[in-house]
Amino acid sequence: MKRIGIDIGSTNAKLALLDEKGIVLHLLAQETGFSSLEACNSLLGRLGEFGIDVSECRIASTGYGRDIVKNAERRITEISCHAKGAARIFSRSDFLLIDVGGQDTKVISVRRGEVEDFAMNDKCSAGTGRFLDVMAKIFGLDVGSLVELASKGRGTSVGISSLCTVFAESEVISLIGRAVPKEEIAYAIVYSIAQKVASQAARISADDSGVFLTGGMCENAFFVEMLSECLKKRVVTDPKARYAGCIGAAMFLETPMN
Amino acid sequence: MDYRKMWGELGMDVETHDNLCAALPPAFTEIYLSQKNRPEGMGFWDMVVADIHGIRPAELIEERKKGRKVFGTFCLYVPDEIIIALNGIVTGLCGGSEFWVPDGEKHLPKGMCPLVKASLGAYYGRTCPFFRVTDLFVGETTCDGKKKAYEIMSQDAPVYVIDMPQMKRDEDVVKLAREYRKFASKCEIVTGNSLTIDKLNEAIRITNNKRKAMQRVYNARKNADNIPISGKDALLMTQIAFFDDPVRCAQMCDKLADELEERNRRGVSVFDKGTKRIMVTGTPLAIPNWKLHHIIETSGGAVVCEEMCTGVRYIENLVDEDGGSLDDVILNLARRYMKNNCSCFTPNPGRIEDIIRLAEEYHVDGVIDVNLKFCTTFDTEGILVEKALKEAGIKVLGIETDYNDGDSEQLKTRIQAFFEML
Repeated sequence: MKRIGIDIGSTNAKLALLDEKGIVLHLLAQETGFSSLEACNSLLGRLGEFGIDVSECRIASTGYGRDIVKNAERRITEISCHAKGAARIFSRSDFLLIDVGGQDTKVISVRRGEVEDFAMNDKCSAGTGRFLDVMAKIFGLDVGSLVELASKGRGTSVGISSLCTVFAESEVISLIGRAVPKEEIAYAIVYSIAQKVASQAARISADDSGVFLTGGMCENAFFVEMLSECLKKRVVTDPKARYAGCIGAAMFLETPMN
Repeated sequence: MDYRKMWGELGMDVETHDNLCAALPPAFTEIYLSQKNRPEGMGFWDMVVADIHGIRPAELIEERKKGRKVFGTFCLYVPDEIIIALNGIVTGLCGGSEFWVPDGEKHLPKGMCPLVKASLGAYYGRTCPFFRVTDLFVGETTCDGKKKAYEIMSQDAPVYVIDMPQMKRDEDVVKLAREYRKFASKCEIVTGNSLTIDKLNEAIRITNNKRKAMQRVYNARKNADNIPISGKDALLMTQIAFFDDPVRCAQMCDKLADELEERNRRGVSVFDKGTKRIMVTGTPLAIPNWKLHHIIETSGGAVVCEEMCTGVRYIENLVDEDGGSLDDVILNLARRYMKNNCSCFTPNPGRIEDIIRLAEEYHVDGVIDVNLKFCTTFDTEGILVEKALKEAGIKVLGIETDYNDGDSEQLKTRIQAFFEML
């Protein structure tokens, strides 16, 4: 039977369809929006376009909305799924994984393909995709464009010191009031989040062969560069990395439940 | 039974208190009564919780009419033995719910631990009967937040503060004994009784017996192949021990222990095979704070040990019963209490040794180190704890949380991921 992994994240919902041998056939994503259930149904519905009958597939779910996926035979946390999916995407079994998600940032140490240790940010949105989301909105931009703008602001002495998203927003607004060039403010924003993620990563022991990034931020080259700088280690990512969670979930269907 | 009249006579804000009375039963039903295969002995504690602000306060009111004095305590370092020896009654105080936090924030900074805020909130909001029947509040200098909170409280309430040592050298034990001596003098004034060696020895026996009975329940949790009682139930027993009469508490715990030992012999478990055995360590869980245990025990784990003030710290270590002079006996008291490893001490290697020992004794699969927000010493010590456990090859998850349920989903994810990792 084909295997479906669904990752209902706070910002985006992702789906991976794997064939019987575990080969990735399709990867889908869409905004989660207000209803996790609708996002889930919509993703499953889109498989029909490829002639896939969902009732003929096995399903595993992950992400904060994992419990609403009705037909899932397994529900696994995004921490385990990201680790498993990343091991496949990056063809490694020992590595440090950083996942910058919509509402949380995870740092996971993976050994022999299994989660060895992990750290997650607290319930506030500091150091998460949401932080960049809020900041981008001040500029009327999307996150991708904000990060691109930041790349032009290198060398600025401007900094954002607040970890809290709400306080940081006030800081940004006061910088705007001081007529600081917007690319410099953008740089300060991206730098502050890269630093926050890096200090979180420092709590997890990392004598690692590689550092990999999964989650929505993997498509922003300048963020990856900044993160590498803050960690003093090369961070590697992959266009498929935002799908690590759902790929990992589908892979869990390969192993018997213990 | 309707206790509203009694609460009114105690000067409580009965209407606000009604909201708490309305919220507690559904929460208790969902968290406790929904559990399968509970020990029958838990019936006693279910009964107590059902009238938590009724039965025991009514007893205390009756005892006060006979001239006995009630001592409200906030911490394990208050020597119950001295109070009991002087015919006083020891009681815990409210402080384990978000319900009391807003009232606390009217009198304290927001950036303080919820336990301190809730305690003062329960006092100032007049929504806890135990605060209303207390003749002397006994504080101690175990944390900066509490120290200052006692100053605020002492402006309109009788508060006595025991000065705790910060280190564990020999001279610090002597210093604590001196503090206990002074405390005894204060208690003599409040009760009008004199401390005698016989009375103190008797009080030591009573308190030791309570510890021994509670320890029997905890010992039953050490069985590697069987979990005879849920962590939630064991926690409830411990939480209520702070409020109950020590002799009755010992009887009830002994009865429960008999049942749990029998369950272990017959292999009667509350959980399925394969459930992860978890120890929680860190800041206290005052009643009705059941949040963490509930998340753990609905996510594939069972709490088998609490290295907490509401756990083994309360019951381990007995006071030497072969005293000598009154001074010798008080020194023995200080020796026992100084074995308690609170993060307020520096350095505090004993706590890490305890955790590693307990992990083995209770056959745990993993440790969850929990910190109530703004508890600086436990938070910081957590870094050392986690490092030591990792070095010892024990899996550990560190979390910080508050009384409110706002982070329940995130905690659930973290805890489930931790179990997936074990």
